Amino acid sequence: MYVAVKGGEAAIANAHRLLADRRRGDRTLPSITIQQVVEQLGLAVDRVMAEASLYDRELAALAVRQARGDMIEAIFILRAYRTTLPRFGYSEPVDTATMKVERRVSATYKDLPGGQLLGPTFDYTHRLLDPSLIEDGAVAEPAVKEPGEHVMRVSDILDGEGLIEGDGHMPEGHVMGDLTREPMEFPMARDLRLQALARGDEGFLLALAYSTQRGYGRTHPFVGEVRIGEVEVELDLPELGFAVSLGVVRVTECQMVNQFMGSAKQPPQFTRGYGLVFGQSERKAMSMSLVDRALRTDEFSEDIVAPAQDQEFVISHADNVQATGFVEHLKLPHYVDFQAELDLVRRMRRDYDAARAGSQDGMKEAAE
Amino acid sequence: MDAKLKQEIPPDMARKEGMRLLARASFEELNAAWAALAEKPDVSPVRGPETGLVMVRGRIGGGGDAFNLGEATVSRATIRLSTGEIGHGQLLGTDKQRARLAAIFDALFQRDADRSAVEALHRTIASRIEAEDRRTAEETAATRVDFFTMVRGDD
Repeated sequence: MYVAVKGGEAAIANAHRLLADRRRGDRTLPSITIQQVVEQLGLAVDRVMAEASLYDRELAALAVRQARGDMIEAIFILRAYRTTLPRFGYSEPVDTATMKVERRVSATYKDLPGGQLLGPTFDYTHRLLDPSLIEDGAVAEPAVKEPGEHVMRVSDILDGEGLIEGDGHMPEGHVMGDLTREPMEFPMARDLRLQALARGDEGFLLALAYSTQRGYGRTHPFVGEVRIGEVEVELDLPELGFAVSLGVVRVTECQMVNQFMGSAKQPPQFTRGYGLVFGQSERKAMSMSLVDRALRTDEFSEDIVAPAQDQEFVISHADNVQATGFVEHLKLPHYVDFQAELDLVRRMRRDYDAARAGSQDGMKEAAE
Repeated sequence: MDAKLKQEIPPDMARKEGMRLLARASFEELNAAWAALAEKPDVSPVRGPETGLVMVRGRIGGGGDAFNLGEATVSRATIRLSTGEIGHGQLLGTDKQRARLAAIFDALFQRDADRSAVEALHRTIASRIEAEDRRTAEETAATRVDFFTMVRGDD
């Protein structure tokens, strides 16, 4: 028999006090500031913004610090914070063609307008631990050069020949969905899927993208381009009758070009997958574009044979706040549930033992 | 009918550009311009300052139909000057003080007597942004790959 109990207030209060102590760590070391996190752990901040689906570098840095560097905890905190704020409206769509490009590479064209701009990349580093970073040594200023021509979008180059599908349009009369306003429903349209993928867990999307490369729903991808940089966010002000700029956000965009499709009605052309993510995160943007393409099975009449093509599977499990909530709730008290199960298994065991004893008696009798 | 009327009024491009710059002004820039005003205007709040969210949209494939990318924090304020001009300030982030100052300068921009002072502030902000963008573009340009063709061994 189980009787409901209350308690734990003092233990919880002391646990949280202990958490605050451990978060601060050795008091003889200086405490890290939010600006230091923003400046020196910028990609952690970017990941938290992207997966919390809230662009605010300072708040994301605060969340990283509060969570002791636990990314999913930080994402959870920031996602929870956004529910406390009113929604002012929807921005005009950002224009990535006019991005202030800080990095742009294409794997499909060597010489293209704007060139291959490596930017601040980990690529071509040797991934060797750098002991010089243990010391707080001087860091050289970046090299500078006269900027070149406008950084043209790769999809526009191929588009000129009609060899690639267009940017992507929803069916006539489609009303744009918003995951934060309506419950999820399947089948889910591509605009909603992209919203879900943009805030999806980087590790989950990376694994799914990897699975498509290994043969589980192959899409034969090429990186048309990856670009990182600032875009302007504009909001329409009804009081004035025009849209005004609110400032700039840094985003990463990936145009994945995939093997061609064609039919009796349509000439063969390359298909595309699209990735767009808050902050600097090309791993996430690339993964997103691979998964976006894999999920477009209905548009290309492809058979769903792999997990990455199954939109209900992918979208339902991409959100790490939901995932961690459900997995981690298992550690909370389930005393009553477990007592019920225990009671049940005891009864089953009694029945089993009784049945076994009965049959053994029967065998004994038969032998006699 | 309303929509048609709205379309016929050309947007005030100078004000729009001014608001774009004010949204990116630092607190120091706004505060210095405020301190430099010979006569401080009489300001009363109409709305805010308040912080909320704007859902940032992207386009499928970069140029296709729109989708919701994720939200951003936005602070905004609307003020009225004693002379009647209404000013709006709105910018990314949670800095309500900057939003309020931006609204005041948006209102002052509409007042002939203060317009040149606000334009001076616009120029200060614009030249800083331009210098920052220029610097970033130059740093990026230095990482551009210059391909060269290797000489073939059988030549």
